[in-house]
Amino acid sequence: MSKVIEVANMTKVFGTITAVDDVSFDVREREIFGFLGPNGAGKTTTTRMLTGVIPMDGGSARIFGHDIGKDPVLAKQRFGVVPETTNAYVDLTAWQNLMLMGELYGVDRTRAEQRARDLLETLGLYERRDQKVQGYSKGMKQRLILAMALLHEPELLFLDEPTSGLDVQSSRMILSMLRALNAEGTTIFLTTHNMEEANRLCDRVGIIRDGRIVAIDALEKLKAAIDRLHRIEVSFDGEIPADELASLDGIAGVDRTGDKWQITADNPDKAIRSLVSFSGRHGAPILSLHTLAPSLDDAFLRLTGEERP
Amino acid sequence: MNPTAVRTQVRRAWAIAKKDIRIYYFKGPVLIFGIFMPVFLFLAFYLGGRQLPLAFLLSGLMGMTLFFTSTAVSPAIFPWEGQAKTLERLAACPVTIEAIVLGDMIASVLFGIGVTAVTLLIALGLGLVLQHGTVLGFAVLLAACCFSALGTLLAVPPTNVPSNIMMLSSLLKFPLVFISGIFVPLEQLPAWGKALAVCSPLTYFADLVRYSFMGAHYFPVPVDIAALAAFTLLFTAVAMRLHRRSLPRRM
Repeated sequence: MSKVIEVANMTKVFGTITAVDDVSFDVREREIFGFLGPNGAGKTTTTRMLTGVIPMDGGSARIFGHDIGKDPVLAKQRFGVVPETTNAYVDLTAWQNLMLMGELYGVDRTRAEQRARDLLETLGLYERRDQKVQGYSKGMKQRLILAMALLHEPELLFLDEPTSGLDVQSSRMILSMLRALNAEGTTIFLTTHNMEEANRLCDRVGIIRDGRIVAIDALEKLKAAIDRLHRIEVSFDGEIPADELASLDGIAGVDRTGDKWQITADNPDKAIRSLVSFSGRHGAPILSLHTLAPSLDDAFLRLTGEERP
Repeated sequence: MNPTAVRTQVRRAWAIAKKDIRIYYFKGPVLIFGIFMPVFLFLAFYLGGRQLPLAFLLSGLMGMTLFFTSTAVSPAIFPWEGQAKTLERLAACPVTIEAIVLGDMIASVLFGIGVTAVTLLIALGLGLVLQHGTVLGFAVLLAACCFSALGTLLAVPPTNVPSNIMMLSSLLKFPLVFISGIFVPLEQLPAWGKALAVCSPLTYFADLVRYSFMGAHYFPVPVDIAALAAFTLLFTAVAMRLHRRSLPRRM
């Protein structure tokens, strides 16, 4: 799969603070790449450099092979941006904002009108198209921003916290649209600190902390890598011997909480097989069994050094 | 389509100009400032008992109108857009900084010419006879470009507080009106005044307007035109260069 974004040693310094420190990563064609990190970690600064809004102080970034520093117009022509702050022109109507985008991206007027109609209908704004944006709710403004970013049918979409502070309806609408766009071939670079959102959408995630990348991988690999010991929660219909349970193959430790056993397993597959045969041997059927692999939350908190005490 | 082609960028600058006109120029306070300010200054001198000929003052009124309208809004567009974060949107679009500056200039030129046309009609209505219409038309177009470029140059300081820029802009604009032969004929200025007048682009436009209505002029017409053209090129080039540097600092 070809690389859509190639970032090498990207650095940004504000005064004495290095906001982005020697960051390197790639985003592949047709993937949804989540860029995660706590507030102030450097996510938005990275996105602004990638979208050519602010220059970088070191390193390089290529978008579809175009250096964003040297050929910004060629690179920008091929992507759309949904920034952190809604920034449609509030004195213009939704329709006028979209037509402006059409002209700025060189979209033919007829095509721009057709795209605007389709996008506003899909995002539930068509009936309000002639109303000035200053009368829109936050969710409506954010949906309009998404429509503005998509008008020219970009191959790559940058989104910076697109659902932050939105109502459930707007949030769901945006996420479902992102899934549909990705299914049609759009590459998505998503900045978020919403773990649930990243978990549902992203193929791979990069985690940034204090301006440095601390991990980049597929979600499941990242979760697995963060904690080699998986946890299994099991309950049996009847009493079972604790010492024999602890000595089973694949099980590293056991702990009882009420009628449930919390099992630490270095090999979850082997542990589950052992539990099933153990249950049969002791005539104590398994009532419930859950594997508790580390969540993305766990991985995030561990990697960003914000693990709860 | 090559998005970097000059023609494409000029087309996109035109889109920015249309947006500027819709958002920033068709507003009551802007129109009022553009028309009333020169009219009040004109009346102050007309009724002030200095017994300057009406033709001289009306020519000055046209000069002031174009100067004030062309520089009324353009200095504040960058700070306004920086404050509203819409500048970030423009910066992420496939338009060069030069195209953004050009778009702001085009809007300013059209607004300046539009309001000045109203002043021209007033002057003609008051009985002023236009002797050199072609020269006036060319002078208005050239001076509108020049003053608009000056307006965008005034927007260079990377602040997103429009009032700061407007204060700076007023500090420069008002003194220019008084050293440019608008209210006091250049012939009557002291030597130091004449030396300062040479540095003001408004001087050359006011001289051309007087020539168009009264047939009299201080500098030869080609000198006025060449000076205005030189100021236009200088202001435009410097504005584009400096905005390239200051734009990221507004984000």
